[in-house]
Amino acid sequence: MHIDKDLVAASATPLVLAILADGESYGYAILKRVRALSGGELEWTDGMLYPLLHRFSRLGYVTTEWRTPPESRRRKYYAITAEGRAALADQQRQWVAVTRALNDLWPGSGAVLTAAGEA
Amino acid sequence: MESVESQIAEWRAYVANAPGVNGTDVDELEDHLRHQIAELNAAGLTADEGFLIAVKRLGDVDGLSGEFAREHSGRLWKQLLRGGEGERALPVAGWIETLLFAVAAAVAVQVARLTADAPDEEPTWLARNAGLFVLPFLAAYFARRRQLDVRGWALAAAPFALAALLVNLYPYDPDSATEILVALHLPVVLWFAVAYPYMRATVRAHERRMDFVRFTGEWFIYYVLIALGGGVLMALTALILEPTGMDVDRIFEWVLPSGAAGAVIVAASLVESKQRVVENMAPVLTMLFTPLFAVMLAGAAVVYAATGLGGAFDRDLVSVFDALLLVVLALVLYGMSARDPSTSPEWMDGIQLVAVVSALVLDLMVLGAMIARIGELGFSPNRTAAVGLNLVLLVNLAGAAWLSARFLMRRSRLHRLERWQTTYIPVFALWAATVVVVLPPLFAFG
Repeated sequence: MHIDKDLVAASATPLVLAILADGESYGYAILKRVRALSGGELEWTDGMLYPLLHRFSRLGYVTTEWRTPPESRRRKYYAITAEGRAALADQQRQWVAVTRALNDLWPGSGAVLTAAGEA
Repeated sequence: MESVESQIAEWRAYVANAPGVNGTDVDELEDHLRHQIAELNAAGLTADEGFLIAVKRLGDVDGLSGEFAREHSGRLWKQLLRGGEGERALPVAGWIETLLFAVAAAVAVQVARLTADAPDEEPTWLARNAGLFVLPFLAAYFARRRQLDVRGWALAAAPFALAALLVNLYPYDPDSATEILVALHLPVVLWFAVAYPYMRATVRAHERRMDFVRFTGEWFIYYVLIALGGGVLMALTALILEPTGMDVDRIFEWVLPSGAAGAVIVAASLVESKQRVVENMAPVLTMLFTPLFAVMLAGAAVVYAATGLGGAFDRDLVSVFDALLLVVLALVLYGMSARDPSTSPEWMDGIQLVAVVSALVLDLMVLGAMIARIGELGFSPNRTAAVGLNLVLLVNLAGAAWLSARFLMRRSRLHRLERWQTTYIPVFALWAATVVVVLPPLFAFG
């Protein structure tokens, strides 16, 4: 299935924020997580993740830190802030509203979405 | 493996050259690339294959750098014209265009001068309309460069047409104070009108507003440089021609207004084409003068707080104070526009706060003295304009001081402060427009 580019872009913010809400992470790990979660259906151009992360940092949604894990290269870690969690909650409300509206129009096809959204 | 290392190095160099991407971004991307390659190698691909696929997945460099540039428009500012994707006007064609608009502005100024028979006569309509002879050409220059559609052109032209009608239909009294105020405020209003085509008709975007602030700062620096050069040229011309007995003043009547008008367009086009020198100089100038102004303002605030404003306070001093406050505001705004918004507080931010707080104290004292004066003598056009400007500045400075104090205490982000300033910009435009539109009828054109 091909997911529309705009939809991919729109879902990027809640996805990445939600992943960071589980604990701090770095670019490559976040991307792997996205791929695993979507079963490979969300096709991201890998590089686009970074401008998004930088935007979060500018808006204060995340804090960043360069660290060098043992036996590895220097790496930039992102951790979510209270503001980031607030933005995530806001995104969640928006997506629930959208999926609910779509569910009303397509009964039976998106029950999973509602369940996930209201959880 | 050796070959992959060199391939990565090559890729690194290529990406690092892309606009909008800086060194640490490349580190981050390289880390990603290496992860991906390692994983692909583990899955059985050769090093070479892994490199190719990893690079492909990362995305093409143009698209990537475009995304980075959109996020970090401050960096972008240093590196490219934000145009349609990568299109850059041919240098020669660009210069001809610039020259045409510059000459048009110069001709407009000269026609006005000859009509008014300046400098022998100095009718007040000449000063009142000064901005209208030049700035429409700047707006048109940007409307053309940004390839606005018909609606964009119409909306860009509207403020100029309105201003021209209003300014010339109002029946000012002879020696009218409001007329002088209009002459002072109209160029400001029109400068904001230039922002509309400059920002590609998207006045709501805060990043674009910041771009316009940067543009204004750099334009000013270029203009001053051109004016200095012009001054040297004219002084030498006068010295050279003096022995021949030629009437140098007659020549200057032609050269000076034309040059001043044309330079408005030329400076704008220089900023557009980003000659490297100034873009490195402008932040340095801000860095240099912010501490100096901070010291001077703090000193002045202390002195005036000790002696009181009473005796020294008069109309000239008010203009000096207002000019000073505007300079502080310009330094703060420009310093901010040249700064990387994602970094944490540094000593410059502290100094800036000192400057802003001192300016705030001075502004409060001026306002107090002015309100006392109004209580004594009532409202006059000049007092109203001054009180209004000081109130507008007071609110801005108070907001800026509050937010930058919070930023220094790490309770807030620089982003908030930037938002405050970009949100506030229209207030300045509105106040200047109020002075031009509302004040004259309010004071019966006196």
